Amino acid sequence: MRPQSTAPAASARRRWFVVAVLLGALGVVAACGSSTSTGSDAGPGSGPRGSITVFAAASLTEAFGELAEAFEDAEPDVSVTTSFAASSTLARQIQEGAPADVFASADEVTMQQVVDAGEVRGEPVVFATNSLEILVAPGNPEGITGLADLGSPGLLYVTAAPEVPIGTYATRALRAAGVEADPVSLEVDVKAVVTKVTSGEADAAIVYATDVAAAGGRAEGIAIPEEVDVGATYPMALTTGAANPGAARAWIDFVTGLRGREILGRYGFGAP
Amino acid sequence: MLALAGLAVLFFALPFLGLLWRVPWSDAWELLTRRSSLDALRLSLITSLAATVVALVLGVPLAWVLARVGFPGRGLVRALCVLSMVLPPVVGGVALFAAFGRRGLVGGPLYDWFGIRLTFTTLGVVIAETFVSMPFLVLSVEAGLRGLDRRPEEAARTLGASRWYAFRRVTLPAVRPAVAAGAVLAWARALGEFGATITFAGNLPGRTQTTPLAVYLALQTDTGQALVLSLVLIVVSFVVLLALRDRWLGGDPAATR
Repeated sequence: MRPQSTAPAASARRRWFVVAVLLGALGVVAACGSSTSTGSDAGPGSGPRGSITVFAAASLTEAFGELAEAFEDAEPDVSVTTSFAASSTLARQIQEGAPADVFASADEVTMQQVVDAGEVRGEPVVFATNSLEILVAPGNPEGITGLADLGSPGLLYVTAAPEVPIGTYATRALRAAGVEADPVSLEVDVKAVVTKVTSGEADAAIVYATDVAAAGGRAEGIAIPEEVDVGATYPMALTTGAANPGAARAWIDFVTGLRGREILGRYGFGAP
Repeated sequence: MLALAGLAVLFFALPFLGLLWRVPWSDAWELLTRRSSLDALRLSLITSLAATVVALVLGVPLAWVLARVGFPGRGLVRALCVLSMVLPPVVGGVALFAAFGRRGLVGGPLYDWFGIRLTFTTLGVVIAETFVSMPFLVLSVEAGLRGLDRRPEEAARTLGASRWYAFRRVTLPAVRPAVAAGAVLAWARALGEFGATITFAGNLPGRTQTTPLAVYLALQTDTGQALVLSLVLIVVSFVVLLALRDRWLGGDPAATR
């Protein structure tokens, strides 16, 4: 049997293939071009409206959770979406175009990175401070009394990766105390560090005092002397890509205001 | 049909093209040969190979039992053994934690009585990788075994061969393509494992920081390094999949050898 001539059919199919690929590419480019709107800006003379997205350091999880609720109570027309992760992770996301209106970092170094990348509108404002504490299991089974014990051989000391603010704070505190401690793991954020200790996998870690408080009965804290407690400074800023700058500014004012400071204080944060 | 297929190809190709486009080629060699990169790549290679070996040693017998031995609840056992394939890896990590952590079901006694700790160790990485990759091997080998013509095997048995001899000299060679394909898939899966590794084994350069973990952390500081390491993983996996040709698409029946 003679083979069927497929030339016209084949070239027609090829044409459709090319059209499909081109359409697909066009669709992708078009989608990239359009920006997704996350919130509406406030009109003149009216209160803040719409929604805002707040990117905040992991250590702010509990405090910002309550702050968000309190803010929504105070401004019923605004809804707050929070995203918690290591400050360094959030900074990277913002630089890659993540839709944050506000960025609250656990250190000024990370905030500076975001400023240098041109992603901050105006000046960052410091809204809280924190102190460091040693986190151990309830009952302190390893009998840790101070930073020096973290260098004991066989003690499972865990910390965060150096890019994460607490990772650097912990290293600086240890250096100030002249202690060499080898971590068994570099976690991605402070809450992962806390989990390693509260779950019993690691013996000790240096975390924020607020994290020790937040862990409640699942962990104990051991104070670090003031001379070596480097302390943490938390700046917050409006992003250049903020879709709802009006409501975002209202949030920043709320957090830095009396009510905000009161709530932060209850979680163990210090005044700016 | 072709049009949709074309879109699908585009969907897969674009991320890799994007990666190629963003890799800082001028710094690539320096980024690749950096200590942290080499440590991560070497650790990934060692642990993924070890995981594949474990998967072979445990997975081939398991596949054989699932394919050949009818027992009540076989479907349940099979589902259990491939469960980790569909679980989000971090969930697998949490489960491993609960079983083999210092306060775990098995890990607790191991630690309290023998002082053996599995978390934060390279062995822990191998365990995590094996957990997520073995199902690929089991499924591939089981499919291969099921598709086999039993007659040569039966002939060998009637001629006096023991079960083990028949398995080793008749069955295994016949199912070799499926074993190879399954092993390669398991290896590739082990190589790319992140969630279970970081949850169970932690992250320490040189000991537990495999390449996917290094990429994740490098993303925050040195995107160039993250891109270069990602590219290495992609190229390696791509070459391996290409080399397999189509053999990993379902079991390879002996008849088509």
